[in-house]
Amino acid sequence: MLKIKNLHASVEDKEILKGINLEVKPGEVHAIMGPNGSGKSTLSSVIAGNEDFEVTEGTIEFLGENIDELAPEERAHKGIFLSFQYPVEIPGVTVTNFMKTAINETRRAQGLEDMPANEMLKKIREKSELLEIDRKFLSRSLNQGFSGGEKKRNEIFQMAMLEPKLAILDETDSGLDIDALKIVSDGVNRLKSKDNAVVVITHYQRLLEYIVPDYVHVLLNGRIVKSGTKELALELEEKGYDWIKQELAV
Amino acid sequence: MAFENRVDVDHPVHDIRTEAIKVFEEKGFPTKKDEAWKYTSLNALLKTDYSVFPKEESALEFKDVKKYFIHDIDSYKIVFIDGIYSSHLSQTSHEGLDVCLMSSALTKPKYRLIIENYFNKIAKKDDSLTSLNTAFSREGAFINIPKGKVVDKPIQIVHLATGKESSIMLQPRSLVVVGENAHVQIIERHQSLTENPVLTNSVTEIFTHKRGIVDYYKIQNDNQQASLIDNTYISQQQNSLASVHTFSFGGKLTRNNLQFIHKGEHINSTLKGITITEDKQHVDHSTLVHHATPNCESHQDYKGIYADRSTGVFNGRIIVEKEAQKTNGFQQNNNILIDDKATINAKPQLEIFADDVKCSHGCTIGQLDEEALFYLQARGIPKKEARALLMYAFANNVLESVKIPELKTRINKLIAMKLNVNIGFDL
Ligand SMILES: Nc1ncnc2c1ncn2[C@@H]1O[C@H](COP(=O)(O)OP(=O)(O)OP(=O)(O)O)[C@@H](O)[C@H]1O
Ligand SMILES: [Mg+2]
Repeated sequence: MLKIKNLHASVEDKEILKGINLEVKPGEVHAIMGPNGSGKSTLSSVIAGNEDFEVTEGTIEFLGENIDELAPEERAHKGIFLSFQYPVEIPGVTVTNFMKTAINETRRAQGLEDMPANEMLKKIREKSELLEIDRKFLSRSLNQGFSGGEKKRNEIFQMAMLEPKLAILDETDSGLDIDALKIVSDGVNRLKSKDNAVVVITHYQRLLEYIVPDYVHVLLNGRIVKSGTKELALELEEKGYDWIKQELAV
Repeated sequence: MAFENRVDVDHPVHDIRTEAIKVFEEKGFPTKKDEAWKYTSLNALLKTDYSVFPKEESALEFKDVKKYFIHDIDSYKIVFIDGIYSSHLSQTSHEGLDVCLMSSALTKPKYRLIIENYFNKIAKKDDSLTSLNTAFSREGAFINIPKGKVVDKPIQIVHLATGKESSIMLQPRSLVVVGENAHVQIIERHQSLTENPVLTNSVTEIFTHKRGIVDYYKIQNDNQQASLIDNTYISQQQNSLASVHTFSFGGKLTRNNLQFIHKGEHINSTLKGITITEDKQHVDHSTLVHHATPNCESHQDYKGIYADRSTGVFNGRIIVEKEAQKTNGFQQNNNILIDDKATINAKPQLEIFADDVKCSHGCTIGQLDEEALFYLQARGIPKKEARALLMYAFANNVLESVKIPELKTRINKLIAMKLNVNIGFDL
């Protein structure tokens, strides 16, 4: 589904990603862990098509197609979804209107008619119930004044609405209380199928107890330096990253 | 331009007009040397030789100009075609209120007292363009709402220019008197039907008596060869509420001189605007709220979005006299420059002579938030639509205080049209 080969990316001439290789197949869950500033969010932004970062080398393939030249919206239309580490506040656009625009633009790109209003409302109701989102939220300005946890839950609500093929969840767990973590993880698991894939970026093993990964990767200083199974996450939780750094130095 | 032969000596306001002519002759058109016109130049407009009165009267069918009205509501209508009243398109009234014409108010004996009391009383007498209008205006709207009358439907004042003259200068003059406890909503629009140049120099005087309420909406969406100098003067008595919303999307050059004068306590004045410009359009908002009495408030909120090489001016003045203690005066002016070549000159001026007041002003000039743009794009919203959505979001809180739902819907549509998008929900 997603094939990243030797990906290098920089911002303002500073190289942040220094040769990433990653393959995600349909049905899989990958976790990416790594210290602050190692490049996790940069990687997810680059996959989503953020033009602030310049890809200097390497390629990204999605569903067998090179997507290097595609705009962020075109990647979204193909089924890539990024749950932002820091969702942006957009005063003046309600959650509902935002969702309508996002869904209808995606449909238009696929040559479909706009979704009928009643179908849209039904879907919004269904998905907001799935994530136990209060209806009042839906008429509020997008993310404005939302608490950290509310923003994250709202990201997953959007994911549920858009039903992507590949969801990248950048620290969706941080900011969520214990109950919310469970609700959000349940939501993600419910959306999971053999045809779609999830990449979770997290600092904590706890999330991986709910969203169980097939693979765990360690991103350090712009490179994936170690990959393993879910046990690797446990080991990281216990020992931190120093031992990996030492291994690398040897 | 020769205006001299247009003076009517028998007119009851003859002396006022004679005086105004003197002022205009002395001052002439404002130039960039005038502090208040530093950033708005009329030079290019004044190169055109305008006719000041149409050679013939024109008729129009409502269906052909319907789109310039808020037509899905019942309303009174005062309509002018090339400056001449169109009874065919209008719907006036004398039942329990007067929604009619300035020409009849100026000539009919029963309005003599009102004219004596109100005509040219707050319009700035030393202002050259206001004086020009005072001297030569022949027509406009006359609205007189008696004490206690809550007007059942909005009044639309629409000025249409047919383009039959190769170019025309219009000088509408309107007077609105809102009695004690009376309430009225007015929608005003200037619309040229062709690309022939039109220059409108409009003066409106509005008097709001005790506890009176007036909501005034200006739709400025004229075509690219039409220019407007709008001079609106509002005087308020105690406990009155007056609001003016100005939506400036079209036109070549638009200058809004909007002045509020307070004559009592507990007055509330609201001045709001959304400006969206492109190409070489120029929109100037010069506002003045003159707090002369204690315990009053004023709220100004102007949002501007300037694309291409368009230019904007926001000159927001608040004067708080020594007597005007406990004044609350707020002013907000936020601007987005879409292109490098677009400019805005924003100049808040607070002149405060009282010590116990709350006054604030905030002025920002920025670009569209790139991070927000990426966020929207990452959700599948194409860049053009994402930009439009952000622009709309930036400006739309101004619409919250629009009290006529159909008007709000129309403004939303005009914004979507101006931004050239259909963003998947009804704006
Ligand atoms: N727009 C930018 N301009 C300059 N530097 C940037 C920019 N974006 C990211 N960086 C730098 O790139 C590096 C990687 O940042 P990134 O956000 O990808 O880290 P991360 O692994 O997600 O960290 P965290 O765990 O704290 O979220 C950091 O040193 C960061 O300061
Ligand atoms: Mg990060």
